[in-house]
Amino acid sequence: MDALSLSRLQFAVTTYFHFLFVPLTLGLSVICAIMETRYVRSGNRDYLRMTRFWGKILIINFVVGVATGLTLEFQFGTNWSQYSRYVGDIFGSLLAIEATAAFFMESVFIAVWIFGWKKLSPKLHATVMWLVAGASTFSAFWILVANSWMQHPVGYVIRNGRAELTDFFAVILQSYSILTFLHATAAAYILSGFFVMGVSAYHLLKQQHTEIFTKSFRIALVFTLVTSIFTVVEGHMHGADLADKQPAKLAALESVWETQSYSPFYLVALPNLKNDGNVIEFGRIPAVMSILAHHRPGATVTGLNDIPADLRPPVLPVFLGFRFMVGLGMLFVALMIYGWFRRDRLESSPRFLKIMLYAIPLPYLVCLAGWTVTEVGRQPWIVYGLMKTSDAVSPIATSQVGLSLAAFIITYTLIGIVAFILIAKAVRQGPESAGKETI
Amino acid sequence: MLETTWLILWGLLWGVYFMLDGFDFGLAMLLPFLAEHEKDKDTIYHAIGPFWDGNEVWLVAAGGVTFAAFPAAYAVMFSSLYSSLMIILFALILRAVSIEFRGQIESPSWKSFWDVCLMAGSLVPAFLFGVVFANIFKGIPIDGAGIFQGSILTLFNVYGIAGGIFFVILFLLHGSLWLAIKSEGTLKERSGHLSRRLSRAVTAVIPLFLIVTFFQTDLFDNYLHTPVLFLIPVVVVVALVMMLVSIGRGAWWRAWFASSGVIAATVIFAIVGLYPNLLPSSLDPSYSMTISNSSSSPLTLKIMLTVVLVVVPLVIIYQGWVYWLFREPLSEEDLPHEIY
Repeated sequence: MDALSLSRLQFAVTTYFHFLFVPLTLGLSVICAIMETRYVRSGNRDYLRMTRFWGKILIINFVVGVATGLTLEFQFGTNWSQYSRYVGDIFGSLLAIEATAAFFMESVFIAVWIFGWKKLSPKLHATVMWLVAGASTFSAFWILVANSWMQHPVGYVIRNGRAELTDFFAVILQSYSILTFLHATAAAYILSGFFVMGVSAYHLLKQQHTEIFTKSFRIALVFTLVTSIFTVVEGHMHGADLADKQPAKLAALESVWETQSYSPFYLVALPNLKNDGNVIEFGRIPAVMSILAHHRPGATVTGLNDIPADLRPPVLPVFLGFRFMVGLGMLFVALMIYGWFRRDRLESSPRFLKIMLYAIPLPYLVCLAGWTVTEVGRQPWIVYGLMKTSDAVSPIATSQVGLSLAAFIITYTLIGIVAFILIAKAVRQGPESAGKETI
Repeated sequence: MLETTWLILWGLLWGVYFMLDGFDFGLAMLLPFLAEHEKDKDTIYHAIGPFWDGNEVWLVAAGGVTFAAFPAAYAVMFSSLYSSLMIILFALILRAVSIEFRGQIESPSWKSFWDVCLMAGSLVPAFLFGVVFANIFKGIPIDGAGIFQGSILTLFNVYGIAGGIFFVILFLLHGSLWLAIKSEGTLKERSGHLSRRLSRAVTAVIPLFLIVTFFQTDLFDNYLHTPVLFLIPVVVVVALVMMLVSIGRGAWWRAWFASSGVIAATVIFAIVGLYPNLLPSSLDPSYSMTISNSSSSPLTLKIMLTVVLVVVPLVIIYQGWVYWLFREPLSEEDLPHEIY
């Protein structure tokens, strides 16, 4: 392997790992803020115990997210210096805004929340959690705007051998940015909702702390019902947006090879490994692909055959990742609707609770699949249509990247295991007993 | 003008980063020397606890601003310094998880494992940042295409190592002063005593470093050319004197502020000396990364200037509020079992 493949692998490893922690921070901070607000409003100390229980998990998760986030900012310079030179004028500014406008707030206020139980009034303490939640989501916004610019560059001109900014608001307000932001944030909220419901189910199945975990489950259920339905609708719009902006990615998502009007959808399909056609096509429904992509049966959908072979993304992982994401996304909606009707009888629904417990990992896998679709689907481009990934890598020694990659794999595996054990321990321990909150 | 403003802002961000995270690093390195029993260790962790994360964001901001304002310099600097930056990164990751993981399980061996990680995770970046910055001041072998013609060992020249030791000593003092503020009783006495000894080392090392810098780098050229700039090293000296006086009087807050001034003004002194370079080439001055050949477009620089001028003062206000909130020395009742 050369420095390019190793750098790509390293970026994949470090980003996937980082994104195991980011979504739970995004969603659980909102859920904690809701719980703490209820405590302040009602004075019911159950809500305080809930807040502190989920808050402890949030903090362990948060720190691993912070620790592994630094890697990403460094990596653009260390491993992708040609990319950084070429797009720094735009991409670099978005990262810098994220750091100064959002990440500062998130990091400073989470510490206030952790250490401020005795120093702040309950109202102010709850407000601090809202600030953490707001700043986390705001931070995600800037990162996703930066990613969207790589998918669909706008508001720039090529000058002095690089992309230079011409319209800042075009960059942050383009539909690709907004759709990506809504999609990723909603996905993070779903993941967090499933996490809270799964952990609550664990305790409800053991019939312990039922008061607290019934309440937690219901809050997460409403939260996730709304966000999962939203994500399906929004996800469809996001996909249709690709038809104009990234036709190669859309064709890869659905493994469409022929360019045609009344483009059909296949219930079962599988692209081949040679990246030039499907091995299986079964269950043809005419015009559905045209409707999905352009909302008109007669619309023409670009197929991969019309995209030169060296400009096609690897279709198999993108296609499988997409079907996996969409399939489970639908399943999540179904589970939430079912859960809504059982919301007052949770304790007498052990089968549903068990499903929710074992469903905890699913949204994680869906998030990773979603990023695979986004990032692999953009290949061979690092900035769609502007710069190839192969031209973006730093002029560095292969051995350096090999060593750092090995070190990342080892360190992250260990940190991942410890974080998992500590979160599992906090989960099993359950909330503090009533009246014994050590604040 | 715009580029020059950005170079100054860049220097300020690094200055503030080292002045803030410096005490986290220093105090963590002193953990085994100052803590006599468990309670002392808890105090030290709590003295760092509410601050380190917000402090580290100044690094993220400094890195992000390098990327945004001087993308070409960011690209050359980060890829040239690949190995040392990766080591710093791993150390910082280790530090972050140590602080958070340590308190989660009540077991002596678990805790002492993370204590070692915290120390290593603080000593390594403190030293390596010194090495890296000393090499930036001196220049590194980059060719006309911005490709680094050396290895990690290139950085470990005499001046680089001197820079590393210099940073470590500055941070050790800064950390012990912070503990003198945040602790009570015998721990406070011990850290005060150590501060006095370390302040003598710092007093000896600063002139020494300036002299070596004079012979090893071109940092003084700007000063000789524009003598009014000598006000910056004068600030370093004034801050140093104030620090010594305050330490003598046991005025720990004032001493810590003065020490912050020493650190920040030293960094700014060096970056003003670098002007107009961001990363000089030791092979040929025409290969150097300067503010004119590596900066972003005027539009980006203007937008970012607006953002930074609005947002950073806000950051200073709310971060200042957090320091105010947790200004009191830690007492017994602050310590046990807060969730963190």
